[in-house]
Amino acid sequence: MPRPRGTAARKGSVFLSSHPRVRLALLIAAPLFWLGVVYIIALVLLLVTAFWSVDSFTGEINQTLTFDNIITVITGALYQTVTLRTVGIALAVTVIDVAIALPIAFFMAKVANNRTRRLLVIAVLMPLWASYLVKAYAWRSVLSSEGILEWMLAPIGGHTPGYGVTATIITLSYLWLPYVILPIFAGFDRVPDSMLEASSDLGGKTWRTLRLVVLPLVWPAIIAGTIFSFSLSLGDYITVNIVGGASQMLGNLVYTNVGAANNLPLAAAIALIPIVIIFGYLALVRRTGALDNL
Amino acid sequence: MRLGRGARITLGAITVLILGVIYLPLFVVGVNSFSTSQSLSWPPPGFTLEWWGKAFRSAGALEALLTSVQVAVVATAVALILGTLISLALQRFDFFGKNVVNLLVILPIALPGIVTGIALNNFFRTIMGVPLSIWTVVIAHGTFTIVTVFNNVIARLRRLGTSYEEASADLGAGIWTTFRLVTFPQLRSALFAGGLLAFALSFDEIIVTTFTAGQGVTTLPIFILNNMFRPNQAPIVSVIAVVLVLISIVPIYIAQRLTSEEGQKR
Repeated sequence: MPRPRGTAARKGSVFLSSHPRVRLALLIAAPLFWLGVVYIIALVLLLVTAFWSVDSFTGEINQTLTFDNIITVITGALYQTVTLRTVGIALAVTVIDVAIALPIAFFMAKVANNRTRRLLVIAVLMPLWASYLVKAYAWRSVLSSEGILEWMLAPIGGHTPGYGVTATIITLSYLWLPYVILPIFAGFDRVPDSMLEASSDLGGKTWRTLRLVVLPLVWPAIIAGTIFSFSLSLGDYITVNIVGGASQMLGNLVYTNVGAANNLPLAAAIALIPIVIIFGYLALVRRTGALDNL
Repeated sequence: MRLGRGARITLGAITVLILGVIYLPLFVVGVNSFSTSQSLSWPPPGFTLEWWGKAFRSAGALEALLTSVQVAVVATAVALILGTLISLALQRFDFFGKNVVNLLVILPIALPGIVTGIALNNFFRTIMGVPLSIWTVVIAHGTFTIVTVFNNVIARLRRLGTSYEEASADLGAGIWTTFRLVTFPQLRSALFAGGLLAFALSFDEIIVTTFTAGQGVTTLPIFILNNMFRPNQAPIVSVIAVVLVLISIVPIYIAQRLTSEEGQKR
């Protein structure tokens, strides 16, 4: 073999081979710079901005420390109502999604044969690729007062719920459903059939087996699914614009204050509410090991 | 636990029902795109191809599509480069603060879009004094799509191990040659899958985009949102919706092909 030529590339290569720390530094510098500068600094500054204020005459931001925004957000009746409504919607969406995901995920993982299972996974994944707005818009058509739901329900004396909180809950449940089904499906899939048989051999009836054997095993996967539906619902404001009628969620208040009201500090203070709630939820469920199931 | 016939049939019926509910809205939009009604009324009073013709001649829609593709292409390129670098660093090295870096990559997608959106809006406008433009959208999209490439590439690196790279080094190949001829070819399909997801994520994103797009920057989701509530435009939005759903079959097909190929290789 001829001796490698002493080109610059070769020299660089030799140097890097013997200096792993330099190699690491070169690899990590760019991504860390990007995420650190763009994202972390932005997040920290958002936190700081929440303690600033806006001059009501000039609209300029006044960078002196004040707790006014935080106090307004905590004590204001509007913010309390909207926070409760938002959390209520997020909880309802989460409960509905889990209730729908459990039977379909169980069927996919434990009842369907291989071929059906593959088809079902595609059928569940397909709407995930369809555009978010398209799906929200689709529900706007379905729930409209002249829409298909009214047409189907009218003969039996029912009515479409129209646009409002109920419509928001339905649409958000629909949007996040695949995100909840997939981790729960993976959870059921990991439960070995032999365990179910063992339980049955020991005399466990179906419900007993589900409750005492299956549920504890898939619990972290269920929690992982709820993180998606809960967190995604908390921050949403587009769906509620499309199907929510005049109802507002926290996201709407943030949006109005960034745009029309031009009060970025107040918007930042409002945005802290979902951040605090989500970190609280994550801390609550951390012990279940759900975070490794994401 | 042995499920009885009744239980199996019940579960099957529930599954079919849920799938029905999942596809009903998409079906309604499809039908509406051919309906003569402009107010989404059901059943459709008549059949027309007017909206399909109008949608394909709508300058606004085509321009928005072009903007979305441009943003998604650049954001995906950023995500591919940064995502690969950071997964190599996290998988091949042990260092202090590794967990923090890991969290840093996931955070932009774990926090609600509105938090990311307002944080970046605040950063660009108030702190940096940079006017919002198409580039601020690209930077924002690049930031939250890194994680999709990262997830795919790091999973692949974990499975590959380092033996091939060591063999290559033992045979006298330098670092660049090893990456070009050994590591990269093995990463290619993971990069493709991650890039596809990054592209789809960027193409569909609306919340962060709303907060970071400058005046006159209209991506397709922004165009849809702006036109959804206009009576004359609503049927055109239905057409765009149908086209988007049909286009979404392509990545599903490719992803399915990729996973089945992987399955055969192993």
